[in-house]
Amino acid sequence: MSKNEKKDEDVRVGVFICHCGSNIGGLIDCKKLADYAGTLLNVAHSEDNLYTCSETGLTAIKAAVEEHNLNRVIVASCTPRTHEPLFRECISDAGLNPYLFNFVNIRDQCTWVHMKDAEGAYNKAMDLVRMGVAKAIKLEPLDMVKVDINPAALVIGGGVAGMSAALNLSRQGFKTYLVEKEDKLGGRLNSLYKLFPHDINASEFITNIISNLQKSPNLEVMTSSKVSNIDGFVGNYQVEVLQDNNVRNLEVGAIIVAVGSTLPDSTGLFRYDGKKVITQYEFEPILMKRELAAKDIVMIQCAGSRNDKRPYCASVCCMTALKNALIIKEQKPEANVTILFRDLYTPGTQYEDYYRKAREKGILFVKYDVDRVPNVEDNLIRVFNEFIGDEVLISYDLLVLSTPLVANSDNKELAQMLKVPTESNNFFLEAHVKLRPSDFATDGVFIGGSAKWPVDIAESITQGYSAAARASTILSHDTIEVEGATSSLPVYNKNLCSGCEVCIKVCPFHAIKKNENDEIEIIQALCKGCGVCGATCTNHALVIKHFTDDQILSEIYAYGGGR
Amino acid sequence: MGFEPKLLGFLCNWCSYAGADLAGVSRIQYPPNMRVIRVMCSGRVDPGFVIEAIELGIDGVYVMGCHIGDCHYLEGNYEAVKKFDMTKEFLKLVGLEERIRLDWVSASEGVRFGEVVSKFVTDIKELGPSPLSGDHPDNELLEKVRAIKMAVSSNRMRALVGRERKITEEENVYGEKYPVERFKELMLQAIKEEYERHRILLSLEDESKSIKDLAAELGIDPSIVLEHMLILKSRSEVDFQQIIKNTPIFMRL
Repeated sequence: MSKNEKKDEDVRVGVFICHCGSNIGGLIDCKKLADYAGTLLNVAHSEDNLYTCSETGLTAIKAAVEEHNLNRVIVASCTPRTHEPLFRECISDAGLNPYLFNFVNIRDQCTWVHMKDAEGAYNKAMDLVRMGVAKAIKLEPLDMVKVDINPAALVIGGGVAGMSAALNLSRQGFKTYLVEKEDKLGGRLNSLYKLFPHDINASEFITNIISNLQKSPNLEVMTSSKVSNIDGFVGNYQVEVLQDNNVRNLEVGAIIVAVGSTLPDSTGLFRYDGKKVITQYEFEPILMKRELAAKDIVMIQCAGSRNDKRPYCASVCCMTALKNALIIKEQKPEANVTILFRDLYTPGTQYEDYYRKAREKGILFVKYDVDRVPNVEDNLIRVFNEFIGDEVLISYDLLVLSTPLVANSDNKELAQMLKVPTESNNFFLEAHVKLRPSDFATDGVFIGGSAKWPVDIAESITQGYSAAARASTILSHDTIEVEGATSSLPVYNKNLCSGCEVCIKVCPFHAIKKNENDEIEIIQALCKGCGVCGATCTNHALVIKHFTDDQILSEIYAYGGGR
Repeated sequence: MGFEPKLLGFLCNWCSYAGADLAGVSRIQYPPNMRVIRVMCSGRVDPGFVIEAIELGIDGVYVMGCHIGDCHYLEGNYEAVKKFDMTKEFLKLVGLEERIRLDWVSASEGVRFGEVVSKFVTDIKELGPSPLSGDHPDNELLEKVRAIKMAVSSNRMRALVGRERKITEEENVYGEKYPVERFKELMLQAIKEEYERHRILLSLEDESKSIKDLAAELGIDPSIVLEHMLILKSRSEVDFQQIIKNTPIFMRL
């Protein structure tokens, strides 16, 4: 409970109806809606505002809390997904516990979607406000949970994203462990020759980063190592690492997933044989050793990607092909290079130059269609080009396939240990693509680099730093507060619990256990408040804070009417 | 004016509620019949909530969550399926099963959200108003739905549905898996039994009755009523009250 919480025992609800300019007010009568809200039980004050989220609106809320001694606040406007934090902070400033705020969505889910039915929208808004008030009456103040933070970090994956993250964290002064499953650091960089956009040597680039890593006093690198178990929660993770069959136990406050991606099996793809038909990754060492013997070289883009089986664009293959095509021209100016592509992806301010240069050097670009993929024969490729409206025949003595990066096969295993999700292609799934791109929904676990999606070196570094920055927002504190709206077994319900343990089984976060007294205990820092245990509890003993049975039922009654 | 269905939707915060917001941002238009209750996860939707809404005469209840495999809480929507399937089986006993629906709408499926809600409105319109709506609900049906509400809240049903995934998807200590089909049969049998038992309990709330009277009133074979009664007695839900002309009369405890 916040220290200066209002002591008033009576429930006094304040309702604020937002016009959102004309977004809501343009369709329904907000003044009338506010008057209606004023007639509802326990509503001590109601008003309409042009923009409740503006400084004027927020000031009006604070003033009304003071003047009318409000202890519940409702704002009917946009959506809690964007504006709930703002209003919670506002009522907190006014001396109320932030959980005494309730949101009613009358814009995104009402006026915007019923623009041709003003009456229907108004009736819906009335019901929603009534339901919102019913829930607000039942709201209870909640405490945030305080958790101690161990200022150490684990970075899983020693590729360029992981190395960047580890370097950043150790330089900030946090004890950092960098775990790599191969016997050396560098990841994908080890198999590359030159890197776009500046054509620097990959080997020099890694040597540089590794020497920086070695200079860092807080950093411990563990190669040939694999994470085998993870327990605990934000600020207090216990990690078991297997290194050459020895078990090491680490204690860290935050974890960064930077496991990168892997190469697909190219068997059966465009007559792939590893000799005359190879992948870009197999082509890199040939260029590195300057052993290019072929004269007619063809590259096929989107080989094994952007199809039904693998619908995504691997983002790095276009630039890899352009870069390697230019290197061919440099090493062997007389070589003929043809790139067969579906769409060419050269974003940003520097990559398009590669395409222009390639055209200047005489590299041919032939567009093909996904429905008519190139037909590879012994020394000849037939490809239908829709601009010409005919089949183009290209002879080759080396065919290089631009195959995509794919998710690691052991991602699922790691995801289960971390209790984080993966998406349909088996890459890791962040908490929100725009709002929280470096976070997982699980507190204290972060992500960067190709583990999330295939990205190039520059982007890997950016994301590595970003994940490190996000991790440091936790590691730099002695304690942090985590969500208070969790599952709970209140003292008054203890005798209801039969000890059946169904809740333990359904909890995906292992947040429920039996303590030494054989009683059910919820580890609040682990609980994410999904409420599955509450809907499952055989004796209705568990209470899901902020989404209690009582609160949800009161919404149902407010809509359905009493009976 | 034609029949405008009164619908309720339970939307999970991360996918469906976000999808509904996106429908708004994209100005997708759909009929205004559904009111939304936001929950953090579709797995939070207690079968009791759904039955409560049906009992109140709400014409249709929609439960929406993240697509299978995309749950923000890893597997809450798997639990939602189990709970929903059980609820639907119960409602089949009284012919109201088409009034509830479960669907997956992701945060990026604003268009789809509009489509599935519109479809639900159309389908419920076709089905007509709930027999439990209005000022004169079908009282016999109401009694039955009340029995269902008690049954879905009962320890036995909750324990069964809560353990379903554990029992059917994981092996026990002997390395055996319980066959899904057999579990389904068990579940259906439990649903029927608990429905009848809770009808008996409800009927005994007003006055004490004999087995014969209960059998006639509820349309259940007397021998089955007797079996239920013995189990209810062992659960300390009912007891003998008195014997009138050699007939035992039972009362609710």
